[in-house]
Amino acid sequence: MSAHAIAAEFPSADALLLAAEQIRDAGIRRWDVFSPYPIRGMDEAMGLKRSVLGKIVFLGGLAGFLAAAALQFATTSFLYPLDAGGKPNGFWTLPALFPILFEMTILFAAFTAVIGMLLMNRLPRLNHPLFDWDRFSGVTDDKFFAAIETGDPDFSEQALRELLSTAGGTNITTIADKP
Amino acid sequence: MSDGIVTIHQYPGRTMGWVTNEVSSIVEGKTPRWWWVAFAVAGALTALCFFCLVYLVSTGVGVWGNNNPAGWAFDITNFVFWIGIGHAGTLISAILFLTRQRWRTSIHRAAEAMTLFAVICAAIYPALHVGRAWMVWFMAPVPNSNAIWPNFRSPLLWDVFAITTYFTVSVLFWFTGLIPDLATLRDRCRGKIRKSIYGILALGWRGGNRQWRHFEMAYLLLAGLSTPLVLSVHSVVSFDFAVSINPGWHATIFPPYFVAGAIFGGFAMVLTILIPTCTIYRPLRDLVTVSHVDTMCKVILLTGSLVGYSYAMEFFTAWYSGNLCERAAFWQRAFGPYGWACAAMVVCNVVMPQLFWFRIFRTRLLCVWIIVQFPNAGMWFERYVIVTGTLTRGFSPSAWGLFHPTWVDVCTFIGTFGLFAMLFLLFIRFLPMICMFEVKADLAETQHGEAG
Repeated sequence: MSAHAIAAEFPSADALLLAAEQIRDAGIRRWDVFSPYPIRGMDEAMGLKRSVLGKIVFLGGLAGFLAAAALQFATTSFLYPLDAGGKPNGFWTLPALFPILFEMTILFAAFTAVIGMLLMNRLPRLNHPLFDWDRFSGVTDDKFFAAIETGDPDFSEQALRELLSTAGGTNITTIADKP
Repeated sequence: MSDGIVTIHQYPGRTMGWVTNEVSSIVEGKTPRWWWVAFAVAGALTALCFFCLVYLVSTGVGVWGNNNPAGWAFDITNFVFWIGIGHAGTLISAILFLTRQRWRTSIHRAAEAMTLFAVICAAIYPALHVGRAWMVWFMAPVPNSNAIWPNFRSPLLWDVFAITTYFTVSVLFWFTGLIPDLATLRDRCRGKIRKSIYGILALGWRGGNRQWRHFEMAYLLLAGLSTPLVLSVHSVVSFDFAVSINPGWHATIFPPYFVAGAIFGGFAMVLTILIPTCTIYRPLRDLVTVSHVDTMCKVILLTGSLVGYSYAMEFFTAWYSGNLCERAAFWQRAFGPYGWACAAMVVCNVVMPQLFWFRIFRTRLLCVWIIVQFPNAGMWFERYVIVTGTLTRGFSPSAWGLFHPTWVDVCTFIGTFGLFAMLFLLFIRFLPMICMFEVKADLAETQHGEAG
């Protein structure tokens, strides 16, 4: 059974923040820190840029807007023009289409935000090698962890253990890969 | 604390583990006896509601008291009533999130759940008011064999889109916020079935920072998207009335007036539910404190006064317009056959909330609970006055009439309260009532602030 990652526990969010800076500076590529709540400043400590989700959601909203425009113009002006209350057909009926343009923009953007977030987080998934570590269940309570994935040729498992240890980690454990 | 609100951090010994334990124990503990009693009552009322609906569909809308001038009556009144209640949740979760009101942390989950359940209750009415409920799908823009498309320029169709979008986005927002807390329940519970159910619902959440950063961005975006949405929903509902030409409905003040009323009624319902819940679950008192109640009372006072201003402005505009029909419509509103409902509406919505000027009425929980029943009732009377009072006193006196509710009208309305209560009881039994990860983040921030 091969190793998936080397993981360690940290006593507090501050300790985790300091450790993250050390791991980042060591030049590790595939690693993450785990906490019960989002820690302020952790993105900088890990060297992560701002999430690109906002830009994707803009595109989702735009798609919703265009879909609503196409749907409403196509039906009210071409497919089924209806004289209701003397309202015009064609472009000048636009103000009457505003509410649904708005609602569909929001609807598509919201779906993009949730689905985009899940996809970028590689979720949903039923299991993960980290869940086999009995201490790890504390991550959703009040415990803090860091895990570095093995398999980087520049770092041996022993080197990763030492790195986590000098960064202040305790309970350093090898996480086994799933068969 | 900059906002002057007492939060849990002022209590010693309130660690992160304490938060997890207290909130999760409500879900994990044995089902209390009062819950079964409450659930039985709510379930019976829900059954009553469904019986009435089945009776309605199998017999026809004639079982309601609707008649020719009063084509809209209890159904639309109750629809607007429930949809209005459904506004406070998203307002608390979205707008107060963007404005960094930290006191929202401990109440927004329950308020959002309440929103969803209120919208479910609301959706029953228009869906069955169409008469032939099996034809409801005609409102969906799908190609059909008659080559007919819905009329996108009709406020009623805007309403369909507004309500469904609001419900869908509220579910997404609520569920997204639940994911990390569902992971907490997954990691704590022992039973195999429970573990798999919570495990599947938690979607494999691990709390990694690479996940948190997208999660936080998604949450922020959803809050940003929900903010205009929540303001739009009741505006669109008000278009059902304002875009028509009936005297008493055709008014530009309707959208803001309806939104203020919705927030007013919604906060009243949040307090109606939260105060008993926190009385029963003692540990929650440290999370939902008197200062939360105090703040919500102030919101009720503000929005109640806005509603009062709107009433005054409606009457003033009717008089000032010089329009005979408008003047007559508002004269009938105040002194016509539904004048009693108009009086009840003014007393409940404008007069009673003024008690919240006094601190003593905002800080005694029993007092608050009694006072917020007035907005709850008053907002129903408001919609009844607007819907039924206006339709039965239209342009031509020859077309005037009256509305008398039937037993089906009354029982369906009572039954929706049962449905609402039943869904809320299920929520407090199976899902974390308080957003644990946000409370923990708040806790860490404050401790940091004190240390630094």
